[in-house]
Amino acid sequence: MKNRVRLERVITAMATAIVLVLTIASCGRPGGSGSALSGDEAERVYVKPGEYDEFYAFVSGGFSGQLSVYGLPSGRLFKVIPVFSVDAEKSYGFNEETKPMLNTSHGFIPWDDAHHPELSQTNGETDGRWCFINGNNTPRVARIDLTTFETAEILEIPNSGGNHSSPFATENTEYIVAGTRFGVPYPQKDVAIASYAENFKGMLSFISVHPETGHMEVAFQVLLPAFDYDLAHAGKGKSHGWTFFTTYNTELKNTLLEVYASQNDKDFIAAIDWKKAEEYIKQGKFHEIPANYAHNVYDEQSHLATSEMKDKVKVLIPSECPGLVYFMPTPKSPHGVDVDPTGEYIVGNGKLSADLSVHSFTKMLAAIKSEAYETVVEGIPVLKYEATLAGVVEKPGLGPLHTEFDGRGNAYTTFFISSEVVKWKLGTWEVLDRAPCYYSVGHLMIPGGDTRNPDGKYLVALNKITKDRFLPTGPELTQSAQLYDISGDKMKLLLDFPTIGEPHYAQGILASKIVPKSKKFYPLEGNTHPYRSMGEKDTRVERDGKVVHVYMSMIRSHFSPDNIEGIQVGDQVYFHVTNLEQDWDTPHGFAVMGANNAELLVMPGQTETLLWQPKAVGVYPFYCTDFCSALHQEMQGYLRVSAVGAEVPLKWSMGENIVE
Amino acid sequence: MKHIPRLVMLAGALALLALFVWPMWKIVLYAPQYPTGVEMHIWINKIGGKEPGVLQNVNILNHYVGMKFIEPDAIPELQYFQYVILFMVALGCLAALVNRGRFFLAWAVLMSLLAIAGLYDFYLWEYDYGHSLSDLAPIKIPGASFQPPLLGYKDILNFTAVSLPHVAGYFAGAGILLAYLAWWLKRKLTTSVA
Ligand SMILES: [Cu+2]
Repeated sequence: MKNRVRLERVITAMATAIVLVLTIASCGRPGGSGSALSGDEAERVYVKPGEYDEFYAFVSGGFSGQLSVYGLPSGRLFKVIPVFSVDAEKSYGFNEETKPMLNTSHGFIPWDDAHHPELSQTNGETDGRWCFINGNNTPRVARIDLTTFETAEILEIPNSGGNHSSPFATENTEYIVAGTRFGVPYPQKDVAIASYAENFKGMLSFISVHPETGHMEVAFQVLLPAFDYDLAHAGKGKSHGWTFFTTYNTELKNTLLEVYASQNDKDFIAAIDWKKAEEYIKQGKFHEIPANYAHNVYDEQSHLATSEMKDKVKVLIPSECPGLVYFMPTPKSPHGVDVDPTGEYIVGNGKLSADLSVHSFTKMLAAIKSEAYETVVEGIPVLKYEATLAGVVEKPGLGPLHTEFDGRGNAYTTFFISSEVVKWKLGTWEVLDRAPCYYSVGHLMIPGGDTRNPDGKYLVALNKITKDRFLPTGPELTQSAQLYDISGDKMKLLLDFPTIGEPHYAQGILASKIVPKSKKFYPLEGNTHPYRSMGEKDTRVERDGKVVHVYMSMIRSHFSPDNIEGIQVGDQVYFHVTNLEQDWDTPHGFAVMGANNAELLVMPGQTETLLWQPKAVGVYPFYCTDFCSALHQEMQGYLRVSAVGAEVPLKWSMGENIVE
Repeated sequence: MKHIPRLVMLAGALALLALFVWPMWKIVLYAPQYPTGVEMHIWINKIGGKEPGVLQNVNILNHYVGMKFIEPDAIPELQYFQYVILFMVALGCLAALVNRGRFFLAWAVLMSLLAIAGLYDFYLWEYDYGHSLSDLAPIKIPGASFQPPLLGYKDILNFTAVSLPHVAGYFAGAGILLAYLAWWLKRKLTTSVA
C-alpha cells in the first residue's frame, strides 16, 4: 500500500516535469549562445591595456578552499587568496607565521570547502573593508582584509556539523551567521545514527564583528531541531534585526536524503529576531556550555598568526525565549533565501518546487501579532503559509536556487535544472525575460545584488558544468562564470570565463570603494616580528642547541647573509627572512634545496620563516624565486652542512669569504 | 608708505624660513616600471622623498650601474648649510631694522652669491655621483654618465630624469628678488623725497 502511494507520487512528479519542460521549450529557448549574441559584446567587456575594471568580483573557489579576485567586465583573474587551503606558492600554511591560521579543535587542517564570500556592509551597502567566507567541512568562517587582500582571521564554529548557511552579514556587519547544514548530536556523543530525531540538533550561530578591528566572536548560538540549514540572508531596511535561514530535511532523516528528505510539501524558512536574542542575552537567559574551538588571528605588524582555543559558548533555547524564532512554511526544500533591497520580500527558492514563493515581511509581522500559527514545533511557532505569502512566481523554470536584485524592482533567479536565469518583477510576479546558462547555474551575483543598493549593471552566473564551452583539458574541466549585461529590458550574455575550483558564490563591488585603500607595502619600521632584521647590519645566525635561527634580509639583488657555514645534519634551521624593500610591487622569494615544505614569498617590509632540516652533509644553494630585478638570477647563496659534532664554526658573511 | 621697503626686505629674509618647511629641490625619475615616478626631495638639511623609501629605491636603482649610495649623513652641506641660512635670515632682519638701502642690496647680492655657490655645489655633487662609478658595477656602459640635469629634463638609460626647484626653492628665489625690490623701492623713495 505504502509502495503504491510512492509509485503514484513518482508518476505525478514525472508528469509535472514533462509538462514543465514542454512549457519552457515552447517559450523559445535559443538553441545556442550564437543566436543570443548581438555583436557588440567584445566591446562591452574590453578593458584597454593599462586600464582598470569597473568592479571587483570576489569569487569563491568552492572545493579549492580559496577566494579568487576578478575584474568585471573583463573577467581577468588578479589574485587567488589562500583562505582555508594551504598554498605552497605563498607559503600559506607552510611558513611558521601562517600555520596557526589553519589550527582547529581537530588540529591542523590543510583544506576546506569555501562557499559564500560576503562583503562587509555599512548601512546596508558594501563598504569594501572585509570579505568574509565560510568553510563548510570543518565549520569555520574567515575574514579577509581588503587593504592587504590577505586572510586576517579564522574562527571555528562549535556545535556545528557543516557550515553552509554562512556568513551573510547584517546591515552594519553587526553579525555574520553560521548555520549548520548537518544535524549533529548535541552535545556530541556516541549514539546510534538511527536516533537522529531524538538526539540530533541544528545550531545557528551569530558571530559578532568588531566595528573597528573586524575581530570575530561567537556571540550566541540558537538551538534548533536537526533540520538541514541550507542558506541564509539578513533582513535589511524594515526587516533589519532579523536573519532568515532556509531548511530542508524537516523530515529529520539520516539516510537516503535525496528521497526521504524530499517528502514534505513544505519545509521552513526560520526567521530569527536577533535583536530579541540580544535582549535575552542581556537578561542572562542563555546557557553557557563547554565547547572547544579555535580562534586564529593574523597580525599585520608582527606578520604572525596566533591561535587561541576557546572553551565556552552561549546558547539560547527557543522554548525558553518566546519570540526569538518563527518558522515560515516554504514549498519543497528551499535552497537560497533572498531579501529584496527594500527588506519587504523574502524569496524562498524551493529547489524541488515548480513555483517560487515570496514571503512578505509586513505580513510575517502581522501573522506573528495575530498568532496565525499552524502548529508549534519544539516551542517554535510555525506561521500559516498563506498568512505570510506575498505572491508566487508561477512556473518560472525548474530547480530555482538563488535570487538577486537589480534595485529597479526586478529579481533574477537561477534555475539549476533548466540551466537559466529568469528575470521577474517584484510585486506583479510576472516573468520578464530568461537567459540560458552554460551549464547548470548555481549562484548568481549582481554587484551589491543582495544589499540595499545594488549596482544593477552586470549579472554573473556561476556555472557548475562547462562540457563543450572551452578547450578540453581531459576528464577534469574548468567551471565557469558568465557575465550578462542587465542594464536593458533583456539580459544579454557578454562573456564566459573560467574560474578556479568551483565558483560557488561571488560578491561584486565598485572598484572605487577598494582601490584607494589597497596597501602598497608594509612599512619596515612598523615590523614587530620577533625575528625581523631591520637592515643588513641586523642579520646574523644564532645557534641554540639543535635549533639555528638565521636572521636573513633580502633586497635587490642579494641575501644577507648569503654564505653560511657551521650548520649540522639534524639541525632545525629557521630562516627568518625579511624583505627590506620599501617600494610597490617588490616581493622576493626564498627557496632552499631539499625543503620539505614550500618556498617563501615575502612582501616588502614583511618577515616570513621557513623551517629547514638538513639530512645529509653537503653545500646547499638557496635563491630568490620571484623575478625581482635585472640581477634576480644572481640573488642566491650557499649553506654548508657538516656532520654532527663537526669542528666547522658557525659563521656567515655577505660580500666576502668566510675565513676558517 | 615709508615703511614699505623695509617690510619688503623683512618678507624677503623671512621667506628663507620656508627652507625648513618644504624641500628646496626635487629630482624625479620616470620609467615604464615607475608610472608615478620616483621623486627624491632635497631639503636644506636632509634628503627625502615623496613617499617613504624613495632614497632606498633610488640607491637600489643606482647600484646597478655602480653609483655611490646617497647617504645624507655623509654630505657635510646638509649639516652646516641650515646655519648659514639662519644667519642670513637674522642678517636680513637686521638690515630691515637698520633700514638702509645699501644694506638691502648687500644682503641680496650676498644671497645671490650663496645661491649660485649652492647650485654649483649641487652640480659638483651630481657630477660626482654621475661619474664616480664603482669598478664592480654589475652593468657597465662605456662612456655613459649618469649625472642628472641641473635644471630640466634628461634621458639617462631607461629613465627620464627631471630636476626642478621644489616649493622652498621658489620661496628662497622670491626672497632674494624681494631684497632687490626693497633696495629699488628704498632708492626710489629717497630720490623722490630729495
Ligand atoms: Cu629577488
